Amino acid sequence: MANDNKSVSFQEKMEKNIWLLLIILAISLSVGGLVEIVPLFTMKNTMEHNAAPELLWQRQPGQTLHDHKPGDGMRPYTSLELAGRDIYLKEGCYTCHSQMVRPFRDEKERYGHYSLASESMYDHPFQWGSKRTGPDFARLGGKYSDDWHRKHLREPRSVVPESVMPNYPWLKDNLIEGKDMASRFEVMRLLGVPYTDEDIASANGELAGKTEEDAMVAYLQVLGTMATLDENKVYRQ
Amino acid sequence: MDAAAEQKYNFDVVRWFTVMAVVYLVVGALVGVYIAAELAWPVLNFDSPYITFGRLRPLHTNAVIFAFGGCALMATSYYSVQRTCGVRLWSDKLAWFVFIGWNLIIVSAVVTLPLGLTSGKEYAELEWPIDLAIAVVWLAYSFNFIMTLATRKSSHIYVSNWFFLGMMVMITYLHVVNSLAIPVDLFRSYSVFSGVQDAMVQWWWGHNAVGFYLTAGFLGIMYYFVPKQAGRPVYSYRLSVIHFWALMFGYVWLGAHHLQYTALPDWTGSLGAAVSLAMIIPSWGGAVNGMMTLSGAWDKLRTDYVLRFMIMSLAFYAMSTFEGPVMSLKTVNALSHYTDWTVGHVHSGALGWVAMVAIGAIYHLMVRTFHTEMWSTKLINAHFWTATIGAVIYVVAMWVSGIMQGLMWRAYDEYGTLAYTFAESVEAMHPYYAMRAIGGAIFLLGAVMMLINVLMTVAKASSEGSLQQARTAAATA
Repeated sequence: MANDNKSVSFQEKMEKNIWLLLIILAISLSVGGLVEIVPLFTMKNTMEHNAAPELLWQRQPGQTLHDHKPGDGMRPYTSLELAGRDIYLKEGCYTCHSQMVRPFRDEKERYGHYSLASESMYDHPFQWGSKRTGPDFARLGGKYSDDWHRKHLREPRSVVPESVMPNYPWLKDNLIEGKDMASRFEVMRLLGVPYTDEDIASANGELAGKTEEDAMVAYLQVLGTMATLDENKVYRQ
Repeated sequence: MDAAAEQKYNFDVVRWFTVMAVVYLVVGALVGVYIAAELAWPVLNFDSPYITFGRLRPLHTNAVIFAFGGCALMATSYYSVQRTCGVRLWSDKLAWFVFIGWNLIIVSAVVTLPLGLTSGKEYAELEWPIDLAIAVVWLAYSFNFIMTLATRKSSHIYVSNWFFLGMMVMITYLHVVNSLAIPVDLFRSYSVFSGVQDAMVQWWWGHNAVGFYLTAGFLGIMYYFVPKQAGRPVYSYRLSVIHFWALMFGYVWLGAHHLQYTALPDWTGSLGAAVSLAMIIPSWGGAVNGMMTLSGAWDKLRTDYVLRFMIMSLAFYAMSTFEGPVMSLKTVNALSHYTDWTVGHVHSGALGWVAMVAIGAIYHLMVRTFHTEMWSTKLINAHFWTATIGAVIYVVAMWVSGIMQGLMWRAYDEYGTLAYTFAESVEAMHPYYAMRAIGGAIFLLGAVMMLINVLMTVAKASSEGSLQQARTAAATA
């Protein structure tokens, strides 16, 4: 921005020299992104678990993902949950549902405790969403029964008459093609999600006979249930 | 008829991009109207996975942004860079590579998105092999443009080309960083970023796709085609310089305002909002610069329907660049976020500004590159009114539904409990969703009129032989 004020001739130089114009542009255009994005990787207080380590599951050697109890802390998704999450992406659920509760009184009463950054630390990609044509899902887990979810997925208006959600009857008929679940785990591990060799070895087998609906329900039921959040604690300034 | 220009410049690729842009405008708007109708009448999902809202919505955004917007940008930038530099495109072969490559990418999007092959990142859903193809074609497009500028005959680089250049550099940054992912197989990959960092990268991309692709690029169109159509020079050179550099430096910061009150650290969102507010000034500077180009020639609006599109687009540009910063303020955002207000804001920019300025430029290009008048001038006027009325109905419906949603969600009754269930807020939206679908359908009707007009003009140019004549006539004609 300062470029045009310094001297008229510098602007003129750029207008006559395409390479100079390109270089100045490339520099000006990079500043905003660098300033806003890079610190999110380096500043410790971006992730709440740096100050509140209890948000993370302290996994003991030999424990499987199924030894985790709700509230024990953030852990990687199980095979079935990750398969469900991939269907969530595939069906574009994020186009109508958010997964990010904001710190307002009404959102607290409607959905629960506001969301923390640490709660989506294993989410590649994030699914915070930008639109609530339907309600928020950040704390959906445990709110309804598995049966309710199945009914609702097959025919939403049978349980919520006002709903405008499409029916998803094919989810119950499609078996999960889980042959590559181990490779999906491996890619996740490469990206920093702490899967163990044992997790990866059992990933494919856990999906035997499971439908897309089973996976989707497993994913929806784990949302917001992994960590215990303390009502009286200030996680974010 | 301009035989000299026809023979000197590469208009062939411009013609193809121009016509394809209109085809994609109809396709993109059609998908948009359909998914709008699905929200009003969910039975339209027909229990088919391929046409559910969740899968078609990414197709709609990709079709209007990359197919329509992309072809419009490539047609106009390749046309105006040749005319302002006084030289032919640096490479004809590369230009055809870009045309074919870009259209293949669009076809692959039309196939993969309804199949549910997606990276799950909003506005960047295409899977990694297509992302790679986009990078290659985009760089080829930019390289050809830059080399044309480098071999120009004119002493200075004209202002429209600055804006196109800014877009090319920034979209390269954005696309490469935001698409970084590790593939599992050919059809699945996971973003290298997660959670809060992914959110910031995603909205840095998301808002700058708006800021650079749909704003800077289309301002490039504005700075060439408005003065040309009006037959007057740009109102103020100084204003264009300020407009340009403020936009280039400032717009990049805005993405964070999409994440107010989320788990993104407060400093980032506030920084984004502060810069957003400051952006009102250059944005309005640009809008004024475009509108005042007409000063002393306002009477032309009575007879020149193409100019009407351009001026209306600038009015919408001014309105949405005011609305945007207001919505980035934390207090307003607390209400507007997650509601239809955002959708309305996007569409006042997309239908009102982006589509209208591109439509004006496309009509201008049709006449200049097919060397004949449009098949029907009356139809252009009818298109203008349907587009304007359709956009206004759409935007008003979303304002009302958005604000209503926001207020219903936070309303308390006399006992201090939440006044409405979420389902009640969904039910209350029905009339506005129907109204939005109707507004969109009216806009679509205008786009269909345009397609008919464009195809009939192509046929007319062929039967009159005007294009053939321009190609073969003595260059002095």
